Amino acid sequence: MDALELLFSASLWAAAIRIASPLIFATLGELISERAGVLNLGIEGIMTVGAFAGWFTVYQGGDLWLGVLVAALAGSAFGLLHAILVVPLGLSQHVTGIGITLFAASLTYYTYRLAFPEVTSPPKIEPFQPWAVPVLSDIPFFGEALFRQTPLTYLAFIAAGLVGWFLYRTPAGLAVRTAGENPAAVEAQGIDVTKVRILAVVAGSALMGIGGAFLTLSAFNSFYFEMVNGRGWIAIALVVFGSWRPGKALLGALLFAAFDAYQLRLQQLAGAFVPYQIFLMLPYALSILALIIMSRRASYPRALMIPYRKGER
Amino acid sequence: MRLEPREKPSLLITIAYPALAVLAVFVFAGFLVSLSGANPFSVFGLVLKGAAGSQFALFETLTRATPLIFTGLAAAVAFRAKLWNIGAEAQLYMGAVATVVFGTGLLPLPSPVLIPILLIVATLAGALTLLGPAFLKVRFGVDEVVTTLLLNFIVILFVSLLLEGPLKDPMGMGWPQTKKVIAEAQLPKLIQGKRLHFGFILALVAAVAVWVINTRTALGYEMKAVGFNPRASRFAGMKVDRVMLKTALLSGGLAGLAGLSEVSGLKGNLTLDLSPGFGYAGIVVAMLALLHPLGVVAAAIFVAGIFVGADAMSRSAQVPSYIAQVMVASALLAMVTAVMFTRYRLRWK
Repeated sequence: MDALELLFSASLWAAAIRIASPLIFATLGELISERAGVLNLGIEGIMTVGAFAGWFTVYQGGDLWLGVLVAALAGSAFGLLHAILVVPLGLSQHVTGIGITLFAASLTYYTYRLAFPEVTSPPKIEPFQPWAVPVLSDIPFFGEALFRQTPLTYLAFIAAGLVGWFLYRTPAGLAVRTAGENPAAVEAQGIDVTKVRILAVVAGSALMGIGGAFLTLSAFNSFYFEMVNGRGWIAIALVVFGSWRPGKALLGALLFAAFDAYQLRLQQLAGAFVPYQIFLMLPYALSILALIIMSRRASYPRALMIPYRKGER
Repeated sequence: MRLEPREKPSLLITIAYPALAVLAVFVFAGFLVSLSGANPFSVFGLVLKGAAGSQFALFETLTRATPLIFTGLAAAVAFRAKLWNIGAEAQLYMGAVATVVFGTGLLPLPSPVLIPILLIVATLAGALTLLGPAFLKVRFGVDEVVTTLLLNFIVILFVSLLLEGPLKDPMGMGWPQTKKVIAEAQLPKLIQGKRLHFGFILALVAAVAVWVINTRTALGYEMKAVGFNPRASRFAGMKVDRVMLKTALLSGGLAGLAGLSEVSGLKGNLTLDLSPGFGYAGIVVAMLALLHPLGVVAAAIFVAGIFVGADAMSRSAQVPSYIAQVMVASALLAMVTAVMFTRYRLRWK
């Protein structure tokens, strides 16, 4: 198979959609938070927590969906901590976010080591299995690429639709968007900006937790150290790339994942000539490139990273 | 609920709140330790003993503090100008790469000539690594947090590529590592037979130098002004972009020196585990020091003590050494909160 033929194989696109799934959850989570005016750099750590919490629940005999729920709750708990520190207390969102990432990740690793003091091979669970959508999965090419995925992947796409509907079609979504653009206008409506922002960060962090859990419950079947591996940071770049819009962010995540899936296959093809590290660098380099390209047109939520204090201009 | 600035925080509050923060960290860590079934007090006793209980322990703590002083200074310099350099890890590795490129026999020079050259190339390597993201920030408005974070992953992979390719030690039995630096490129040990090396003195000199820059030079004033209010600084006629780039060079250079110090002073060669997160820990060090360069030294020794002590403790008690990372990360969160409360009071209304 040559490099061009690869592009038209359904398995490539099936892999792309699989790779995109955790990024979609994480990107949507960060997007909600930033639309409300709060940068959440805790994302990398929150995904780590979600990956472990979800997996551990299932390992203890819980149902897979219970694992997803626990991952969301664990993620939102750390999101709440971040929100309290940066919204009402107005601490630096950069420093606090990095602190949350370090805190959440180290706490996860400590708990893991406490639960499994000495393991030679990581304990495994039975992860989500692919579920073929009736009829649709029989369509040539698209059936294999799109409709033979695990349930969490379908959930990622549903989540993107729901977040878009919520932000643009509901009064609460309007409040979230306005809190990130012009918080004083939200206050003028008699809505508490602090509450809106905290809820947005907490909800977003729940999605980040599920994004992490995708790795342990769907993509793999075990928890590894450093398994999030920068996906949180990539999600932050994808939010900018998607101009803070759920639909564009979804497309960005898919594009990114397609590229990632493609490079994985190229690696097998050209691995003899090009060091594998070059391929592994590509996703990170691509994220930086995307940021540079989009930066000219980036329209940040105007109140992003600006703490709101009642009565202050 | 709202925050009200304190007119003049009393001395008691400025000392008591940070002290409370440290206490809170120990209470929280004690709780985590008790989950493992161990007695927190005896565990903390073991940590203290491992960090400062003997001459060996003390030297070990100072050795571990050395790279943390450099990365702590790197973060402190950058954060003061609100340049969010989260990429000290990458800059450290690039400094180490420069050290092994020039220090493993390429330049057969005597120590007094070679070591200054290595200092320069390691500083430059670190500085240039941060210059990229800083340039993207001032030129295109690309957020440097994300670019420096992503660059950490790229640089680690780049180092891995070098270790398996051009810089691989042919005598290394296939391990991904570089050759050892030549004897002339090694920083001398401070005391015969101990691991503590001249890099520690360099770190102290760097801390004093940054303090002098901050307090006695125009650049130091400009960095502070730009961090405080970039628009006002521009209005006052400062070239804000240029100040940012200079800050980046200084910050990246300091982190690059951490790489030199670890290679030339301690490890002798470059491997992929040269830094167990010194770049990230440097952020905590800088925040604990409230960005003060001399405070960085104290904070680095404190953080190094926790790491060294926890390593020693986990060898005898059945408590995972990750407790050190948890303590350091919670110290960061507790300290920024405490400092905020020394400046503001909470009004419930």
